Amino acid sequence: MNEEKTLDTVKNKFGDTLLDIFERSANRVYVTVDKKDVPAVCWFMFRECGGRLCTASGIDTRSGIEILYHFMFVSEHQLITVKTKVAKPSPEIESIGTFLPAAIWIERELFDILGVTFTNHPDPRRLIMADDWPEGVYPFRRDFKGVD
Amino acid sequence: MKRTVVPLGPFHPLLEEAEFFKLYVEGETVVDIDMRIGYMHRGIEKLSTLKNWDQSTFVVERICGICSTSHPIAYVNAVEDLGQFTIPERAEYIRVIICELERIHSHLLWVGLAGHFIGYDTVFMWAWKYREPILDICEKLTGNRNHYAMMKPGGIRRDLNPDDFPWVHKEMDKIIKEMEMLVGAVLDDPVLHARTKGIGVLTPEDAKGYATVGPTVRASGIPDDIRVDDPYAAYDRLDWEVITWGSCDVFAKAAVRLLEIIESAKMIKQAMDDMPEGPIDACIKSVPAGEGIGHAEAPRGEVFHYVRGDGGNSPIRHKIRAPSYVNIPSFKATCVGHTISDVALITAAVDPCYCCTERMAVFERDSDEAIMSGKDLTERSRSVTRRLKEDYGAETPVEKMVAKLLKGQ
Repeated sequence: MNEEKTLDTVKNKFGDTLLDIFERSANRVYVTVDKKDVPAVCWFMFRECGGRLCTASGIDTRSGIEILYHFMFVSEHQLITVKTKVAKPSPEIESIGTFLPAAIWIERELFDILGVTFTNHPDPRRLIMADDWPEGVYPFRRDFKGVD
Repeated sequence: MKRTVVPLGPFHPLLEEAEFFKLYVEGETVVDIDMRIGYMHRGIEKLSTLKNWDQSTFVVERICGICSTSHPIAYVNAVEDLGQFTIPERAEYIRVIICELERIHSHLLWVGLAGHFIGYDTVFMWAWKYREPILDICEKLTGNRNHYAMMKPGGIRRDLNPDDFPWVHKEMDKIIKEMEMLVGAVLDDPVLHARTKGIGVLTPEDAKGYATVGPTVRASGIPDDIRVDDPYAAYDRLDWEVITWGSCDVFAKAAVRLLEIIESAKMIKQAMDDMPEGPIDACIKSVPAGEGIGHAEAPRGEVFHYVRGDGGNSPIRHKIRAPSYVNIPSFKATCVGHTISDVALITAAVDPCYCCTERMAVFERDSDEAIMSGKDLTERSRSVTRRLKEDYGAETPVEKMVAKLLKGQ
């Protein structure tokens, strides 16, 4: 196995691109990056470090929609979360599904529930919301009031 | 060649839940597959944010009826990660017992259904017969056959009664013996070799790309198991092995599940022996602001929960990812190139079992004289098996074990 810890490899590779590194505990790390750097960081974690994308979470906050990509590094018992923030009202971010098939569904789901547009997504269709769900209504947005 | 679309679902007999598969076929061969989910969307993530930290445990328990303790344990792991709470050791061992009992009954349920799907109803009845005592244990220990409501942030809700342990030990010994027999019988059956080997191959590269989990990835030879990769409860203190199988096909998925049952039974025995005395609940008073990630190895793979709190009484975001969410997309890699009949097998991850004629005899209609006794039929069945074995060259590492078991009888 490689001697260097994945977190250090990522730190060395990206340096100042990582806006914030928060080591919550020995096996939970949160790394914040700008949205334009997400594909590069995720590509590196998946291809070079052998991380497994558990899933991604999206949270609507006052200052924008946070997207978290959770990568599991099996041999180090460590879960590194890549955090980024996209601005409302029309959040947009580059898709990582182009090189990571595991991300395709979760990106479609994030579009369904939060209205985040993933550019260059290989399969930009609805996933979980019904076909007759109204356009432009996203149930996990803070301003969601229900549908008639 | 003309391309045809064959719709499978959303409601169809092989899957308990509604899912829609669109098969693009050329002749008999599947060239592409498309999936549509969302028919069972119940808004549980949203619902959980309307409940308090304690109530959410019950909400997530309702996500799945079979692995009903996997979601609660992943959730309590997440809450405990959020607040960095440590839980009493006794509670950790009890969590292991509940989780492993669940794995045994879930895998047995699957083995039975798998047998039923490919027409070997004997195995369906057999596996479910073995499953019943496990459910009895669940009922005796927790009060319920399913939906045990044992997990809570900080510990467990009810203590186990040590007076039950000798009986559970006996039942575990029994299930280990029964499973060794079933493993031998199932994995040695030449018909099943012919039907499941080389079908639905998920290469290790695809398994990584689709980030598949649980028996699906372990059947591709990758030893990913959350119980080892990110130990929770008392798994790091028990002696057990991660089961993998290298052939990547439907057969491998069956083998992994069957062998895991034996490991689970061993773990339960150890946990009962090693369990310390002491409190079972850390009595958490409040949950601070912050975020936490918890996961757990459910029978079908990793369950992933992410919670964020603002210091209040309920989570402000609760993200849940069930194992099938990442396993189903891998059908795109496993189904293409196979025939429609194989796709049914792959999608249900269908599997082994074996046909048994031992309790049947053929009688001449007008007399009581048996023209073929049970013994004759058994011999006849064995000769057919021998012939098939020669034809298909079924070779398995369990053959020796079966021979040993038969000798012991």
